[in-house]
Amino acid sequence: MWEQANEIWWSYGWPALIIVGQSVLLMVALLLIIAYLLLMDRKVWAAVQQRRGPNVVGPFGLFQSFADLLKFVLKEPIIPSGADKSVFLLAPVATTVCALAAWAVIPVSADGWGTWVVSDMNVGILYILAISSLGVYGVIMGGWASNSKYPFMGALRSAAQMVSYEVSIGLVIVTVLLCVGSLNMTDIVNAQKTGLGTQMGFTPSALDWYWLVLLPMFVIFIISALAETNRPPFDLPEAESELVAGFMVEYSSTPYLLFMLGEYVAITTMCALTTILFLGGWLPPVDIWPLNAVPGLIWFLAKIVFVFFLFAMAKAIVPRYRYDQLMRLGWKVFLPISLLMVVVVAAVLQFGPKWGVV
Amino acid sequence: MVDLAGHYLPIAIFIGVALLITAALMIAPFLVAVNNPDPEKVSAYECGFNAFDDARMKFDVRFYLVAILFIIFDLEIAFLFPWALAFKEIGVFGFWSMMIFLGVLTVGFIYEWKKGGLEWD
Repeated sequence: MWEQANEIWWSYGWPALIIVGQSVLLMVALLLIIAYLLLMDRKVWAAVQQRRGPNVVGPFGLFQSFADLLKFVLKEPIIPSGADKSVFLLAPVATTVCALAAWAVIPVSADGWGTWVVSDMNVGILYILAISSLGVYGVIMGGWASNSKYPFMGALRSAAQMVSYEVSIGLVIVTVLLCVGSLNMTDIVNAQKTGLGTQMGFTPSALDWYWLVLLPMFVIFIISALAETNRPPFDLPEAESELVAGFMVEYSSTPYLLFMLGEYVAITTMCALTTILFLGGWLPPVDIWPLNAVPGLIWFLAKIVFVFFLFAMAKAIVPRYRYDQLMRLGWKVFLPISLLMVVVVAAVLQFGPKWGVV
Repeated sequence: MVDLAGHYLPIAIFIGVALLITAALMIAPFLVAVNNPDPEKVSAYECGFNAFDDARMKFDVRFYLVAILFIIFDLEIAFLFPWALAFKEIGVFGFWSMMIFLGVLTVGFIYEWKKGGLEWD
């Protein structure tokens, strides 16, 4: 009896406990990183406008995000009288959980022991595509349940925008998959160890990553990622000048915080996805001594921060799109181009010279 | 079976942990913050007057059209995934099969475009 219990513990309980530990570790690290990415977002925005940005809480405002968290928790949560209460409160939870769930399959580094990931599943990228589509539910639920006109319009706009750009993101991912031949995220990064650069006789370097061979797709992916996560210049769901705050109008306190958190987690996911698909994940920019001695995690983080910097700069310097322009860009520009690129990439792989580039 | 559990159990656990953190954040203000609603505070937001009617109203059919278009193209992408995976094995036949499929889809897309289904004005 005792031995049996012992055996069950060592074969099921202990591994499950390790997974719980990994999950908590990854999630705490992720939320901490997001706290500072948020600060960076505001600092970059301030710097572009020649302001100082948050600089009161802690040295250089380093604890600003934690002060914000505390403030949100201490605010009064308001539920509008006309709202559908359960759906109203479920919406922010759905947004945040869907956004966080994507991180279960994102590998952050790899070394001699294996990949640093909660679940190294073989259909990783498909899972991400599925779970990021689910993010729309939180927005629709929040907008509908508020029973107020601004959130309703905001939610409709937001949902239409998110699904429109989901299509071009999907097609971009297909072109990368054509080159890799695997849905596993680790395989996608490892496939970028060799490529155009090594083919031309260089040591493995940034030239091997897919941003160079698939440059048009890289650009489309970054812009679609901005639109998909409702970032400026595509922040029409929250357009302050027309819709006040879009689907979040009726929210206050931590329900509002959870929407914002879900949004930033989704943005970080998109940064990580850009890093993995196009910027070689945790691979060093040039595979020579001082650079390849740096842990992969550092490179991965550095690339995420770089992509996030691009997002922050786009927010700071690009004016907001009009809604019809936004839909035209998604359906009439990106969709035909990415569809054509799928055909071109497939044709090159099929009939082109066998460089072994991709 | 072990492989399946090895890949999907961590995801279930991860989502469980995410749910816990989110629920904790969600419940916290109901426990620690003041809760003092009055009729004006809990009324729906409107620019300076009381809302005339319920917000569950008719909306533009184009949102519906976008949703249908999305389903078509997303299904197509789901169909492209296994093709892209097996691309190196299926050779020229596989390539041309998918090109015919994409061609048919493009005809539909052009029809949609010409009919004005993508116009927002």
